[in-house]
This record gives sequence, C-alpha cells and structure tokens, in this order.
Amino acid sequence: MSGLLKSSIGRKVAMALSGLFLVVFLTQHFVINSTAVIAPDTFNAWSHFMGSNPLVQYGLQPVLIFGVVFHFVMGFVLELQNRKARPVGYAQYKGSANAPWTSRNMILSGLVVLAFLGLHFYDFWIPEMIHKYVETHPEDPTRYYAETVHKFESPVRVVLYVISFVLLALHLWHGFASTFQSVGFNNKYSAGLSKFAKVWAITIPVGFIIIAVYLHFNQIPH
Amino acid sequence: MALDSKIPQGPLADKWTNYKNEINLVNPANKRLIDVIVVGTGLAGGSAAATLAELGYNVKAFCFQDSPRRAHSIAAQGGINAAKNYQGDGDSTYRLFYDTVKGGDYRSREANVYRLAEVSTNIIDQCVAQGVPFARDYGGLLDNRSFGGVLVSRTFYAKGQTGQQLLLGAYSAMNRQIGRGKIKMYNRHEMLDVVKVDGKARGIITRNLVTGEIERHSAHAVVLGTGGYGNVFYLSTNAMGSNVTAAWKAHKRGAYFANPCYTQIHPTCIPVSGDHQSKLTLMSESLRNDGRIWVPKKKEDAIAIREGKKKPTELSEDERDYYLERRYPAFGNLVPRDVASRAAKERCDAGFGVNKTGEAVYLDFASAIERYGKEQAYVQHKDANDKAVVTALGTEVVRNKYGNLFQMYEKIVDQNPYKTPMMIYPAVHYTMGGLWVDYNLQTSVEGLYAIGEANFSDHGANRLGASALMQGLADGYFVLPYTIGDYLSHDIRTGPIPTDTPEFEEAEQNVRKQVDALVNNNGTKSVDYFHKKLGKIMWNKCGMSRNATDLQSAIDEIAELRSDFYKEVRVPGGQNEFNEELAKALRVADFLELGELFAKDALTRNESAGGHFREESVELDGPQKGEALRDDENFTFVSAWEYKGAPKDAVLHKEELEFENIELKQRSYK
Amino acid sequence: MKLTLKVWRQKNATAKGSIVTYPIDGIDGDMSFLEMMDMLNNKLILEGDEPVTFDHDCREGICGSCSMFINGEAHGPDRLVTTCQLHMRKFKDGDTITIEPFRAAGFPVIKDLMVDRSSFDRIQHAGGFISVNTSGNTQDANSIPIEKENADDAFAAATCIGCGACVASCKNSSAMLFVGAKVSQFALLPQGEVEATTRVLNMVKQMDEEGFGNCTNTGACEVECPKGISLENIARMNREYLSASLKG
Repeated sequence: MSGLLKSSIGRKVAMALSGLFLVVFLTQHFVINSTAVIAPDTFNAWSHFMGSNPLVQYGLQPVLIFGVVFHFVMGFVLELQNRKARPVGYAQYKGSANAPWTSRNMILSGLVVLAFLGLHFYDFWIPEMIHKYVETHPEDPTRYYAETVHKFESPVRVVLYVISFVLLALHLWHGFASTFQSVGFNNKYSAGLSKFAKVWAITIPVGFIIIAVYLHFNQIPH
Repeated sequence: MALDSKIPQGPLADKWTNYKNEINLVNPANKRLIDVIVVGTGLAGGSAAATLAELGYNVKAFCFQDSPRRAHSIAAQGGINAAKNYQGDGDSTYRLFYDTVKGGDYRSREANVYRLAEVSTNIIDQCVAQGVPFARDYGGLLDNRSFGGVLVSRTFYAKGQTGQQLLLGAYSAMNRQIGRGKIKMYNRHEMLDVVKVDGKARGIITRNLVTGEIERHSAHAVVLGTGGYGNVFYLSTNAMGSNVTAAWKAHKRGAYFANPCYTQIHPTCIPVSGDHQSKLTLMSESLRNDGRIWVPKKKEDAIAIREGKKKPTELSEDERDYYLERRYPAFGNLVPRDVASRAAKERCDAGFGVNKTGEAVYLDFASAIERYGKEQAYVQHKDANDKAVVTALGTEVVRNKYGNLFQMYEKIVDQNPYKTPMMIYPAVHYTMGGLWVDYNLQTSVEGLYAIGEANFSDHGANRLGASALMQGLADGYFVLPYTIGDYLSHDIRTGPIPTDTPEFEEAEQNVRKQVDALVNNNGTKSVDYFHKKLGKIMWNKCGMSRNATDLQSAIDEIAELRSDFYKEVRVPGGQNEFNEELAKALRVADFLELGELFAKDALTRNESAGGHFREESVELDGPQKGEALRDDENFTFVSAWEYKGAPKDAVLHKEELEFENIELKQRSYK
Repeated sequence: MKLTLKVWRQKNATAKGSIVTYPIDGIDGDMSFLEMMDMLNNKLILEGDEPVTFDHDCREGICGSCSMFINGEAHGPDRLVTTCQLHMRKFKDGDTITIEPFRAAGFPVIKDLMVDRSSFDRIQHAGGFISVNTSGNTQDANSIPIEKENADDAFAAATCIGCGACVASCKNSSAMLFVGAKVSQFALLPQGEVEATTRVLNMVKQMDEEGFGNCTNTGACEVECPKGISLENIARMNREYLSASLKG
C-alpha cells in the first residue's frame, strides 16, 4: 500500500481520481454559474453561501486547491518520466495513425487550462481573497452578480475564456472517459459510460462559453 | 561400435514403469552438485531445462534467439495428441501407439513410441496446471478435434496457435526457474562444438552472437533440443534461423546421425511467388477437411490460367480434375500428407500447375460453402435455392472455422479465398531423422542427449499430424528427467568440470579456426547464394520423389558446391560484433555437409517408406499400381551413420527394428 | 517498383547512429517487407558494404522477432500484421520509406534495427508463471472446468507474441499492454488465482524498474498490436493491481 504512489499504475489511478474530483467540482461550478444567466438573485445567494460558509472556505477550498495542484504536479512528473522512457526519439512518428489528437496532447491542453487557471485566479480568486481577508470589507450578499458581469466586459478576456474552454473540452474529452479505464473499469457498460463522459466533456465547457458570451453581450451599468 | 538401443525387458506396456522402478536416482543434495547444459529452448529444450532445474540440477540453457519464447515450436498450429479418451470414442494408449507406428510406416521403435503414448496424457494435465488456455466447450471441459486421418478425436488445441501456447507454458516454467537462479539463461548464443572429456560429453563451445565472444561452458551432461534440419532445403516452413549446426557438430564428435532422408513434405503450404522468396508458410492440414483439391483437366486451361487469361472460377465441374478423389476414392482429399504431396507434384510436373511458376494446385472451398450454406438456410428457414443467401451463410460458417488462416492467406497472396480457390503447394515441414538415440535418449556419445525433433526416435518414416508437440514435451517433461538421472547418478563425486583443459582448448581452437577462415575468405558470393543453390539440389533431387541417378548426382553436386563455398563465399563484417552473415555462413557450412549425407542415406534406402519415396520401389501392378512400396525384408532397420570425414564416407550402422506387438502391413488409401 | 529507403544505421550499442539513404529498384508487390530488406542486404554485400542488421526468424508472424518502425508506425501501415507479413503491395512506386528500430529506454539498440528486449523476459521472470512442478499428475486436466468465455479471453490475452510494438507505438513507451496481457491470462484462470496478488505486484514493479513510461490511455498500443490484444487487459491489470495493493 505504501508504495502505491511510487508505481506507474498507482500514479495513473491517482491522476484519474484527482481528475474525477475536478470533474465533480466543475459540474458544481457550472451549475452555480449558469444561474448568472437565468436567475441573478440565485447566483448572488449561492455565491454568497460559497464565499462565506466556513465549511466551504476552510474545508472544501483547501481540498480543491490540493486537488488542482496534485493533478498538475503529478501530470508534470509523469510527463517527464514518459519523456525519459524514450531518450532517442523517432525521425518519423505517426501518432495520428493510431491515437486521437486529444489523447496525445493532454500536456498541451492541460497547460492551457493551467494558464487559464492563472488568469482565473487573477480575475476572481485573488481579488476575492483581498476583498474578504486583507481589506476586510463587510459582506454584501448582492455584489457577486454585478462583479461577475463586469469581468466579461472586455472582449479580449472573453476570447481568452473561449479559447481556454475549448482546450478544456479537449482535455476532458480524453481525460474524463479514460478515468474509467485507469481505475480498471472496462466491461459491457464502458461504451455507454464513455459516451456519457464525452457528451459531458463538450456540454460543460460549451455551457461556460455561453455564459461568458451571454454576460459579455448583456452588460449592466457600473 | 555396435548399436545398443537399451530397450528394457518385459511386456511392452510395463517397460517404462519397470524401467523407472529400477533406475538409479540422485538425492536432492547431490543434484545441487551437478550441472546440465541444455541447448535449444523450444518445446523439448524448454521443458527439459525447466524440469531439470525444478529437480535441483544447475541448468545452463542456450538459444540463438533473443528470448527462449521465440523458438520455432511457437509456429506449430494444429494441436497436440494425447490418449485421454475424453470423447469416449475408444481411444487408448495402445491405439495412439498403434496409429503412430503405422503412420510412421513401421520404421520407428516400438518401445519408444509406446512410452510416448503412455506419457501423452500427463502432458495435458501438466500444461493445464501451468495455465495453458486450451480450447474448451460450453461445459467448461477441454475440447478435442480430429486430425490427419485417424479414427478418434484426440487432438487438444488452442485455436490455430497450439504451439505458441504450449511453448509459452514451457517458457513460463523456465521463467520461474530463471527467477530462482536455477537456470542460467544464455540468449543469442550459438553452440558451435561439443567438448568430450574421456569419451563423455562434458561441455560445449558457444559464440555470443552479440559480442562475437567464443565461450567455454562445462557440465556433467549436454542435452540437445535443437530442432530439425528442414532448412537444408533453403525454402521450408522452418524459421530462418533453424539449423542443424548443433546436431551436426555432435555428429562430428561421434554421435550417429539416423535416417537423415526421412523428411516430411507438407501438402498445404502457400506456393512460392518468386525468386525473392525467403521462406514458406504452412496452412493447417485441417483445411483439407473442407477444401477440395483440383487442377484443370485440359492443359490449355492450365496454361490460360497461368497466363492470366482465364480464372479458375470460369471452369465448369467437367473441366476440373479432382485428382485425389479420382485416385483415392476411399480417402479422397484426406489421404496422408506424403501421398497428397506427391500427387500434387505429379500433376504439376505433368504441366497442370496453376500459378505463374506452374507449381500450385487449387484448394477449393466453393462446395463446402454451398453445402454449409444450404444447411444453414434450412436451419434458419431461409430460401435454400437463393444462391446469394446460401453463399453468404456458407461463407460465415467457413469463416468461423478457418477465419485466421484465410486472413493470413489473403495478407500473403492478396486474393480472397472465399471467392476464388486457394493455391497451395507442398513444402518441407519436418524432419523425422536426427541424432540416433537409445531408449534413454542418449546419443552414441556418452552424456550427450538429443530430444524433440533433433532426435530420430518416435516418428519413423513419417510423422502424424499433432504428434511433434507431443514428442517434444514428452521428451522434455517426462522422459529425459528420469533417464538422465540414471546417468548422472554416477557423477555425484565428479565435482565441477574445469574448462581449462586440453579438450576445451582443442574444441575452442577448432571453432576459432572456422570462424577466422570464413570472415577472412573475401570471396565474391553471398552466403544465401550457396544456400539457395543447395536448396535447389535438395528439392529437385532429394525432394518428394527420389531415384538412384539423381541421388548420386546430388552427392557429387553438393560436394562440389561445398568446395566452391569455401573458395568463394563472402562474409562481410568482423567476428567480434553482431554479424548475421557470419552466423548464417557457419550454419550453411554444416547444411552443405548434412545435405550430402542426406542424399547418401536416401540412396542407400532403396525402398519407399513414409516421406521417403523411391521411384524404383513402387507397386508394379494391381489396384495399387504406382503407389509406394515398402521393403520390409531388406529395410526394417534404422540407418545410423557414423562420421568419417567427408559425409559420403560415412559408415552405416543398422539398428534392426523388431515388431513384437504390431503386424506390418502395406498402407492403402484407395 | 523503385523506392528510397531511409534506414537507421548504428554500428553498436554505444555508437552514434544516423539515417542512411539507399535507393532500391526491382521491388515486387508480392515480396514481404523483410524480403525487400534481404534484397537490399544482398546488394550491400555484393557492393562490399555491411548489410543492415534486423531481428527476424519465423517470418510467419508468430515468433515476435521482427520489430521495425516503418514510416512512423510499428510494423508499418498495415493492421494486424508483423513486419514479416507486411507486403510491398502496401507501398507505391517512388515511395520513400523510413525504417527505424523500436525506440524506448527499455529497448536499447544493439545494432542498426536490432534492439534488446530482454526487459520483457525479466518482467516475466518476476511473475509470469504458475508455480507448479512437473509431476504430470497434479490433477486431471478436466477436474477444473473453466467457463468457455474466460478460457477464450485468457487465450486471447495469451496470443501476445512479445514483439514490443505496444511499447514502440506508445508515445510514452509504456509496456502496459504486454504486462496486462500476461497478468490477464493468469487472472482469468482458476489455476492462476493463488498467486494473483504477488504476481501483479512483482511484474508491475519490474516493469517500472525497466524504465518503461506510464499509460495515458491513448490506445495506440491496441491499434498497432499485430495480434489485436485488447485494452481490456490493461484495465484488468489496473484492477488486479489496486486490489493487490490494498491487500498487500
């Protein structure tokens, strides 16, 4: 048991499980964001809850941060190991003949998503932390909707968001479906499950894109 | 030296049991003091190495491949016989024994064959325990198929890859012993000489194929499981690396070579497509259960087909000659391998061959497709008169039975065998001859053993389908471990065999001299040039049908070719590196000697027996006119040849064969 | 047909190699790829050059010796064949063909196109067997019925020829398909159950020590495998490994 995380299979399973955890988080995040389009008041209420509930702030938030960091650190470690496993490369390597682009470029799509996370932190998380814990403003449960909408005023930012979510979709297209194989689930249900994962991999990022674009075109005055 | 086959006394059925009760055993502590060398890691060598290591001996195993798992036993397709009688169809040890002796055309040793039949059942138990995934029926029990004209279903199989599965079983048994340190494995090593000390085999000289290093290895006994010599024909179903070198070097050190002319030529192989051909591919014999063999009746049609002006499917039933069904109405397309092969050659020699080279006959599945299709149409309540429906249903049945073989054929020939008949032609497949061994599987050199295809013992003049795997594993798992123990029991006080002795020095220098000569020869012709030439001589003059004139000229031509070889061969590269041309040259040098002995043996045996057909020895009249005629009065013996310099000077020793339990009969398939 | 061959030449394990270009003419579509290489070699020998070294033996697709990386794919562009069964009719007159050795840290080059795959043997030594001695009467072969479906799946896994195309094709040089196939064969049979825990732990440990990469489920191995070994075997190994780790 102790050596599990040192073994190739252990690490692969860890990647799958941390990825799966992020998938759950992303679903939850999407559900809350989608209320920004359909019910701004609900958006405010839920955001207020997430931003002020101690269990979320001091319990789930660190877990989430750990999950994200673990997933990408482990991703890098594995990528480096994999590169070491072929010290002399091929003059000609036709990856497209036997594997889809998405599966071969997880590190690329992952890096874009990581860069996006940086932007996302800069946009939301850091200002939010400063707002709450550095400048210690009194909590205004109605501020979230307007702040969010204003973030999408800049078309550059919207374009960056769109690109990032397209890459996220590609990352999830391979990543989500392959978690089942990684944890050893491959049987008669696999085909159905994989289809579900692929539909999800498209639906959620597209949903985020729609929200971003909608908010961009439906600005409210400052 | 008189040949002593050391067959135990007593009734046939009790010989092996009595023998095992009486031999000397080596106690486990003493086994640790004894080293055994096993050369070759196919079914025989691999199973022997694993078993000897389990028993406690220190085993050194050698193979020229990069892993024991790649030995050519892996290519066997059909199955393995065992007298389990799981089908309740009347099989028994005696019946398997009887079928094997009869199939071998009464040229094998009764006691050895009986023992083989006796241990055959243990093989299946052993392999299943090892995790070999044999085919099973829906009840979860082992399935059997019938094979090669025998009257019972006793062949165990794993689809068309039985040899692979059995070899991987033996390889896994070896792996366990390698992991425990009881087998020291030497991959990519070729044995180039046997070392004899005081008349006993005490070691070998090998060449490390990667570094070129010449190494000395000593042991208390040496076991050769080095396979057959079919590659003397250049084109055969053997692997490219299969060779006679180990057996031939043993022969040169005093081991008698038995019945070299007994070669099995398999009737259903993919024909040669051109001069570039490097090897031949076998299509399982099982295809003859459903395929009908034919050539055109009229020579014009055959010529038109060869020139691509006509297609076989355009010929009506009347224009086809189903020559096996015509000549052998009783057995039809299911005559034994040697008969089917000769009949194909006869038609092609007469000008009826159907491919570009004129050396191919058709194996047609159209009737089978129609027959199965109609049956399925009735079963599924579809229109049995609708040709398209029937063909589709029939094709599906044939695909389920032979799908992988049809796919392989299509990859190689680029024709769809469901739509147009397959083309087949006989090819060299197995050699029944080999090093002479006694009942203990010991050669005429003390302490030197030969097992599997490398020895001559069990198949007589012709081998039954699915019996090669049985013999290899029987020798390695269940026979040699007992018989060699009896010999080694005298060696418990010998201590390690030193390699710094004059005998090892002499053998090493002998090898070095040969290697040096070849590398520095600087001729103008490649090794393959000579190998191909040798193959042509062998195929044309020592092939499916042989006569005295041709055999005599083969002896002379091979001797001349051999002398040309040493004058003109070119081996590029050095000796202290991986050098495949050098490895090939060393092997071809031995084939060039064996070929001559082969022809001499065939010339001496003026009778037709099994795979050896002499044109001078045929039925002269009666219903069997033209068929092979055995001469029991003059040739009921094993020819064991003693090396005396040039192969043609070899001295013949006869081991008379005694049949106490079986009555000798002429074969008839009419 | 006329072709241009770009072949990796490397004198020995430590030498630096490079791609060398050879024109070749007179290739027939019925030739196998290795027969085309024989022709090149024959030409090189007669011209006084050293022939190209490559592994090959049975030339009927079962021994697993041949191992060329042809135009960016293990065993070339055809499917379900080894290099020896790839035929030249898959190429066109005037084509350029790049031929490289299988590349992975676990498969160091010995010479030219020949690599050392003994890492596969060592993985098998670590646990690729059932511990049974040769007594020949352990128990009757029919005393343990095995469900046909499991027997068939075990057989399908056992058809692996150990050629290493999975490693060569994988962008990560992972050996999971090879090891998965072996673990699966025994995991599916009752005879293999007793040692299941130690087997999978030991084999995976050895696989990792040999320097193979990690599986990222791209599926390239399954596509390029000449025997069509299924990815299911990798999932089964993952499962076996997890449960073994939790037990151990």
